[in-house]
Amino acid sequence: MDTQWMKTDVLIIGGGTAGTMAAIKAKQANPEGEVLILEKANIRRSGAIAMGMDGVNTAVIPGNSTPEQYVREITISNDGILNQKAVYQTGKLGFGVIQELESWGVKFQKDAQGEYDLKQVHRVGKYVLPMPEGKDLKQILTRQVKRHKAKVTNRVMATRVLVKDGRAIGAVGFDVRNGDFVVIQAKAVVLCTGASGRLGLPASGYLYGTYENPTNAGDGYSMAYHAGAELSNIECFQINPLIKDYNGPACAYVASPFGAYTANAEGNRFISCDYWSGQMMLEVWKELNSGKGPVQLKMTHLDEDTIAEIETILWANERPSRGRFHEGRGENYRTHGVEMNISEIGLCSGHSASGVWVNEKAETSVPGLYAAGDMASVPHNYMIGAFVFGMLAGTNAVEYVAGLDHADPDPEFLEAEKTRIYAPLTRPNGVPHTQVEYKLRRLVNDYLQPPKVDNKMEIGLRNFARYHETLDLMGARDPHELMRCMEVHFIRDCAEMAARASLYRRESRWGLYHYRVDYPDKNNDEWFCHVNLKKDDSGNMVLFKRPVEPYIVEVDLEREVYDVAVR
Amino acid sequence: MALATQRVDVPVIVDESKCLEKCTACIEVCPLDVLAKNPETGKAYMKYDECWFCLPCEKECPTNAITVQIPFLLR
Repeated sequence: MDTQWMKTDVLIIGGGTAGTMAAIKAKQANPEGEVLILEKANIRRSGAIAMGMDGVNTAVIPGNSTPEQYVREITISNDGILNQKAVYQTGKLGFGVIQELESWGVKFQKDAQGEYDLKQVHRVGKYVLPMPEGKDLKQILTRQVKRHKAKVTNRVMATRVLVKDGRAIGAVGFDVRNGDFVVIQAKAVVLCTGASGRLGLPASGYLYGTYENPTNAGDGYSMAYHAGAELSNIECFQINPLIKDYNGPACAYVASPFGAYTANAEGNRFISCDYWSGQMMLEVWKELNSGKGPVQLKMTHLDEDTIAEIETILWANERPSRGRFHEGRGENYRTHGVEMNISEIGLCSGHSASGVWVNEKAETSVPGLYAAGDMASVPHNYMIGAFVFGMLAGTNAVEYVAGLDHADPDPEFLEAEKTRIYAPLTRPNGVPHTQVEYKLRRLVNDYLQPPKVDNKMEIGLRNFARYHETLDLMGARDPHELMRCMEVHFIRDCAEMAARASLYRRESRWGLYHYRVDYPDKNNDEWFCHVNLKKDDSGNMVLFKRPVEPYIVEVDLEREVYDVAVR
Repeated sequence: MALATQRVDVPVIVDESKCLEKCTACIEVCPLDVLAKNPETGKAYMKYDECWFCLPCEKECPTNAITVQIPFLLR
């Protein structure tokens, strides 16, 4: 096993939506600076948008909406718990991102007058901008990364951020093909590793049949935690209404502007808005438990041309295998509703609010460490938010590194991490990662899937804390299996965080995402705050309240309650 | 630890008559890195059953040698 040493000014871990943009913007800010993207897959087809995207969900386009309206909408849908200044950035800077993407060849839908053809999916405003030809988004971004001369190292997985004197000074990991130990010294580190998408176990039992790209195993949540950074709103789980078994989006954001809607088995509407929120998910949960299920996305009433157009979009973008899934079951949008199910839990700020704490500059609480995309705690941020925070992280990191020197990593830490990483290879006949991961994620389902019950979560927490012993039994036979083993370590960390944060917030909030049977009501007097957590100096996970920053856009939360139930 | 080898139905099917021995397009783009070359035949195959049925392998194969099925448990 060789050791590879690398040096860069700005290190970006994860080359997806946020990571590619962070690299491009860092090079634009300082073309002389060295920027390296570290990617455990291949940036050409990695991350949440590996197969493109069918639309932009948070487009604030002048003339259609304002950043202030957008901040109001997200404040209400996230039950008031947010840093408005951070959400405002997505509203303010997103339009510039859309224009720049367009200049690179990304196509957005326009009407006959050549104006952006925005659709309403949110409760109030129009923020959804279709991109029916969005399948090549990732290749376009890859081309720009090369054009801007940012370096890319594919197939290397980071396992820990290096920290010295309280600041991030690089990262360590290994090559998932040849097994080399990799040490990277950097003056600033940007984490863009996506959601914790392999936390709960899909109902199908297939470990990789997840909503998120299964490479996104919570790597960044775990690495930020071990670097001493704060994480926020972890109890605000991601739970999505998905195609049953397929476990991907149906997708109401695309189909509802064409007239599709979510209905119960009787064909009746029970929610007034298909925008994903915890409150909406609670209504789906109630409907499924009322005997009126299954729940379906209904398109059978639409005409042939409309259905054909929906098929063209859904079967080419984001999750193009949807078409063959329906076909395999002999089902069709013309004759069958799409049966929907409640997904297993995950962590993701792109859709809910659980992530590594960042401010409006994409800074985490550790100097020199930035976070962007699904893993950064900016609620409901979606793809445009990932681009905006990638941009902020890239430009602010360049400013931060000016005049800084590289620091030498602690040799003892490197040796200890090397031992930790390669331990499964010393046990080729150890328990396979598939079984260790299956059991861990099944325990997540058993004890953390809402409605959350105190006694169950306590049992879950004991299991997750003790699971270190099980991780020590895991065996790997090659660097590929080692990658999956180290991902199980990340998943365990996320499970413990999810249990502790859920137990800490003694109220219910965000609909199903944090519905606690023992504390069924929202309690603004005691819990109108973030719940943050971090690793303290003795290595313990500590939780604390972090006040909500003063609002910059006024919202009367007593009057404006997010309610989408049809009664 | 006592271990058993079990058969599994894998989602990615390679038509060996079309797969080019010098090409690694599918292997390079797979996000989960589950494809490999059979050292004896030089043809690609699914080495690890860890599939997101996301399709880059199928789309980027220059000879249309790859078919991705929905994994059996979801089908």
